[in-house]
Amino acid sequence: MSRVWKFGDDISTDAIIPGRYLTMNKPEELAEYVFESERSEFASEVEEGDIIVAGENFGCGSSREHAPLAIKGSGVDIVIAKSFARIFYRNSINLGLMVVVSSEADKIEDGDEIEIQGDKIVNKTKNESYGIEKAPSFIENIVQNDGLLNYVKKEML
Amino acid sequence: MPKTIVEKILSKSSGEDLKAGDYAFADIDLAMANDITAPLAVQGFQKIADKVWDPDKIFIPLDHQAPADSINAAENHKMLRKFAEKQGITIYDVGEGVCHQLMLENHVKPGQLVIGADSHTCTYGAVGAFATGVGSTDMAAAFATGKLWFKVPETIKVNLTGKLPKNTSAKDIILNLCGKIGADGALYKAIEFTGPTTKQLTIPSRATITNMAIEMGGKTAIMEPDKKTKQYTGTKPPEWLKSDPDANYIQEIEIDVSNLEPQIAAPHQVDNVHNITKLEGTKIDQVFIGSCTNGRFEDLEAAANIIKGREFSKDVRVIVVPASRAVYREAEEKGVLKTLFDAGAVIEGPCCGPCMGGSFGLLAGGEVGLATSNRNFRGREGSPDAEVYLGSPEVAAESAVQGVIAKPIGDS
Repeated sequence: MSRVWKFGDDISTDAIIPGRYLTMNKPEELAEYVFESERSEFASEVEEGDIIVAGENFGCGSSREHAPLAIKGSGVDIVIAKSFARIFYRNSINLGLMVVVSSEADKIEDGDEIEIQGDKIVNKTKNESYGIEKAPSFIENIVQNDGLLNYVKKEML
Repeated sequence: MPKTIVEKILSKSSGEDLKAGDYAFADIDLAMANDITAPLAVQGFQKIADKVWDPDKIFIPLDHQAPADSINAAENHKMLRKFAEKQGITIYDVGEGVCHQLMLENHVKPGQLVIGADSHTCTYGAVGAFATGVGSTDMAAAFATGKLWFKVPETIKVNLTGKLPKNTSAKDIILNLCGKIGADGALYKAIEFTGPTTKQLTIPSRATITNMAIEMGGKTAIMEPDKKTKQYTGTKPPEWLKSDPDANYIQEIEIDVSNLEPQIAAPHQVDNVHNITKLEGTKIDQVFIGSCTNGRFEDLEAAANIIKGREFSKDVRVIVVPASRAVYREAEEKGVLKTLFDAGAVIEGPCCGPCMGGSFGLLAGGEVGLATSNRNFRGREGSPDAEVYLGSPEVAAESAVQGVIAKPIGDS
């Protein structure tokens, strides 16, 4: 079971990890500064397995892969949102950060305990469950191959 | 089947008959990664291959933290130089310019499929290329194979009509559109700019517009090439490179620019756009004129024309960063840099500058910046307690003179 960190709409890559930290390439280093300007307590209080839940357009802005890396480095391996910015969504899939689209993400609140069971999100705090948008099979194929680089190595090189 | 320009380019590059919604692997014509995104791309590439697919089609500009502002940045630059040398890849070293400007000036041609590990790669739609930003892992795969997977986007058509009023420019058009459709208004979609006004715009002005498609979530932006494109790129655009008249668009938007006021994006969202009248008088501490949005010669010239014979306010720091050496040279030869310098500006060497809040020009808590760049997210240009407004070079220059956000009254 996982605690929810709730964020709003249009959370940018600058909010996730500002430009001045981008000379770092290691997830655990980046994680020290994740959401620094948006929610300063996040980096010190987040625990392994916690889940981020957000509104529309999560990850808008830069193509920097440091953003999903910083989230992964913090111990979060699932982000649920109503929608994701395109490049962030691709980067997350490529890196193995699970990105889940749910039109009902609004019903989840900060601090709720939730888990993903098959094709639904179960909210233990509220005793509710919500639907998940199924990813296209083209993308699932890449995920099942454990990310883009493994897929490319196996299928294209 | 009638097709949009982006459906045509992706069909040609993949060898398949594609329409919006289809997925395909397509052949890349050019690939670019900068000093922020290339280190992770190199790490990824080295996990799967030894030799890049075609060193003549890969470019690595060192522009974001240039000159190196920390030992970490210097180590990244050193590693990239070594990688480029070993692979035979062209590197644009410190001081050559901003990645997108260098790609436009030197490499991109109409009809190409171009990827860049930088979100503003969509800029190259200014010359009729399908260009899109990707992450480092996508770039690593492309380094190895010359291919990448794409979902063919649906297209929003934006029809621009009318003539821009005095002291407004391309930046006002694109800010106006950002305000209209919002930060996720073009999520996963392409934006095709068309109509008589696009034909009036120079290629640099078109690039200012296509650059900011990503600020609406767009996958790319594109304009049909014409005589100006041919002159700029030195290449005759291919006959097939235009949308069919009955192509399918998901949305159509009309903008008559004739009565457009200068536009300002207020903190902390690019789509928080207002007519300048609403924000006139807002005190500012710093002005930044530059970036891949508005760091070209015509931008610096427009700013210089506004301030001719006047000086910047003593209370405002003004940082001017030409987007490339070619821009720098032209601005120097034509006296534009002297005008800006004499008015009190700091002129920095070509690079991304304060736009990404990396190497210099950071704002302190409580300070207010006005920038010609493309993003004003909280914390991007320094302290999370700083505020950044976005506007055109004309607005930036006038505001720097008056010390507050001000409508241009000079002769641009």
